[in-house]
Amino acid sequence: MNPIKKLFDNIHPYVEEGGKFHAFRSLVDGFETFAFVPNTTSRVGSVNIHDAIDSKRIMSLVVIALIPALLFGMYNVGYQNALATGHLADATFWGMFWYGFLAVLPKIIVSYVVGLGIEFVVAQWKNEEIQEGFLVSGILIPMIVPVTCPLWMLAIAVAFSVILAKEIFGGTGMNIFNPALITRAFLFFSYPSAMTGDAKVWVSQDTIFGLGYQATDAYTAATPLGEAAQAGFTGFAPETIQNAITGLIPGCIGETSVIAIALGGLLLLWTGVASWKIMLSVFVGGAATGYLMQALGLTEIQWYEQLVLGGFAFGAVFMATDPVTSCRTECGKYVYGLLIGFIAVLVRVLNPGYPEGMMLAILLMNLFASLIDYSFVQSNINMRAKRATNK
Amino acid sequence: MAKVIKLRKGLDINLKGKAAKETVSTSCPGEYALVPDDFCGLKPKVVVKEGDAVKVGDALFVDKLHPEVKFVSPVSGTVSLVERGDRRKLMSIRVQADGKQEARQFDVKGDVKSLLLESGLFGFFRQRPYDVVANPEDAPKAIFVSAFNSMPLSQDFEYVLAGQEADFQAGITALSKLAKVYLGVSAKQSSQALKAAKDCEVNVFDGPAPAGNVGVQINHVSPINKGEVVWTLGAEEVIFVGRLMNNGKVDFTRTIALAGSEVSAPKYYKMLVGQKLTSLIEGNVKVEGSRIINGNVMTGIKTSVDGFLAAHATEVNVIPEGDHADEMLGWIMPRFNTFSTHRSYFSWLFGKKKEYVLDARIKGGERHMIMSGEYDKVFPMDIYAGYLVKAIISGDIDRQEALGIYEVAPEDFAIAEFVDSSKLELQRIVREGLDILRKENA
Repeated sequence: MNPIKKLFDNIHPYVEEGGKFHAFRSLVDGFETFAFVPNTTSRVGSVNIHDAIDSKRIMSLVVIALIPALLFGMYNVGYQNALATGHLADATFWGMFWYGFLAVLPKIIVSYVVGLGIEFVVAQWKNEEIQEGFLVSGILIPMIVPVTCPLWMLAIAVAFSVILAKEIFGGTGMNIFNPALITRAFLFFSYPSAMTGDAKVWVSQDTIFGLGYQATDAYTAATPLGEAAQAGFTGFAPETIQNAITGLIPGCIGETSVIAIALGGLLLLWTGVASWKIMLSVFVGGAATGYLMQALGLTEIQWYEQLVLGGFAFGAVFMATDPVTSCRTECGKYVYGLLIGFIAVLVRVLNPGYPEGMMLAILLMNLFASLIDYSFVQSNINMRAKRATNK
Repeated sequence: MAKVIKLRKGLDINLKGKAAKETVSTSCPGEYALVPDDFCGLKPKVVVKEGDAVKVGDALFVDKLHPEVKFVSPVSGTVSLVERGDRRKLMSIRVQADGKQEARQFDVKGDVKSLLLESGLFGFFRQRPYDVVANPEDAPKAIFVSAFNSMPLSQDFEYVLAGQEADFQAGITALSKLAKVYLGVSAKQSSQALKAAKDCEVNVFDGPAPAGNVGVQINHVSPINKGEVVWTLGAEEVIFVGRLMNNGKVDFTRTIALAGSEVSAPKYYKMLVGQKLTSLIEGNVKVEGSRIINGNVMTGIKTSVDGFLAAHATEVNVIPEGDHADEMLGWIMPRFNTFSTHRSYFSWLFGKKKEYVLDARIKGGERHMIMSGEYDKVFPMDIYAGYLVKAIISGDIDRQEALGIYEVAPEDFAIAEFVDSSKLELQRIVREGLDILRKENA
């Protein structure tokens, strides 16, 4: 017998009902179901065979799809630090990467420890199996905050969103809003100065364990979109857009590189985890609205610049396509995506206070997803009712 | 020319151990059992005592609410046991066969419905809505027969039909006296007895499983509205009717497929309904660590070596149980040998020709519905399957009606349950939903 299996079998009596360590049942269960595919067989009266896909595999796949953007984000944190302190010429690739790694790692740890901790407690309390949803949220959250976001703020925000945006609705699969975006929205409205505003937040300015460089004066670097929101903006230099595609611009940790996001996006589309309908229509909606806004003379930003700057690409690929909070009907997915693209650009252009609109657009459409679905399901219901009366 | 209906949605699962086209007869004596649970929605009332002598076609039990619906003995012999379970629930009636197969002679000249009721064949009719034993007082708008089963490891009806074409046609003709008959034929079938069947409307269905499900065919040909009733009958059961019409005797001989990866030489066996499976299984099947399924791998019920062939079963499938598989790190390993519709596995690389050995594991934990559109991809009906399942779970009867619950049977959700990444027991959910709805509407 497999020694690890044996270990779990030995632990079982302790964590079962009445055992000494019953309080850890959800924890042990969680680890065991990750180590081994459950040996449970189908019950009488249900299908005898099953597809090998399960929610663990799907969630793990999304985490894998996020890795390119995460690794690039780490590198970019180091790059921005070197750029801000004027040491770009003598900084090495690995030096910048490890600096970013050390800056980002604590955020990932805090996000997972707080979020999964709550999940394990809830699973224990409800006597259920641990649900995998937070594996994705837990890695998304550090990627959509500025690098200078304090850990204690992150911890509070994660706890807030896991409890109030997810668990009170019944856990993964029942939530109305995307938990990662609720985390960000909570930070944004509770601690606006740490999230945006005076533009000091986007670049890490201290050394970490001797890596990186200390900025002598308080250095300010706005994101390109932040710059565009200032008065007197007359369009981007071509280098800015090039950098936005490669990702070497200030911004939230994971959102900057279009190339890295595209790699993850391709994996999600190929495996069918994310809906191509949603992803495509978000981009179409954003591009069309961007074109319209520019044609009306409301903004100097080109339509394609709208798509590569800020959180648009990241939101379209990883946030809008969340299967739980998006539309569930196939036709509804088009409407849902188009409206996200539309609202995101609308907020960017018409809102003078805040240059980015993706987060709010997705959260707003999360709210309306069921309404869109309702219309499409209702048309099926009407068809059936009509058929019954016209026979 | 028959109308061809193309179906895009669905999934063909290619399992190892398909039955070779070769038929073996099994011996007739031994113990037989008729199990009331095989006839869904039935309240049985026993009409024989232990020790009574019965002929083929003598009633063993009847429907308590409609005593004219009789369920008859497949063999001649002696009633050996009236098995009862908890709260005196009737589990089965056993008959010890004498091997003579003396049959009761029926007069086939009279009214078809009373003949079917008296001979026990009406008990094989099912009705939609609810997918239960048909009620003889209803006037169905149509009778649907599907001449093929698209599920993995199922019986090939065209092969079974060879040599019994006359009985099949006689059965269809008899049914046509009750209501309009629709026959669903697969695009892969070429038998003239099916494609050019008389006294019925033939529709050709071209598409992956569950295209052979009669529910899918009804949805595309003449969908059921509230208040309407449709009867369905298995293709082999049409042959039963035909035999009765041609010979005046009841003959419940089926040609069942013994198939599956744990069967040493999968092929067809001639068996009677209710026959003990022991003779079929012994020597042919690796019993240790296997799951023997009375019926199809997708819809059948787990049984044991000394089970009895279920009334509606057209095959016996045997697959590994897999409860000691201890597969490690399933969430990340490539798992080349497993089948999945999901691209995170590699089934798509090996094409449709590769045959898989699948065990009975669920391969994941049960979750809330997370992914969207999974069911719709394999549910070829004009119904929002996911929303219907949610309406059933939440017990919202008005919404279930509005979303089309009257058109579905649990078996229609079999493929959806297979692909579901949240591992919900859809067939059980739908069955329970239909039972509750039937009680509410009674």
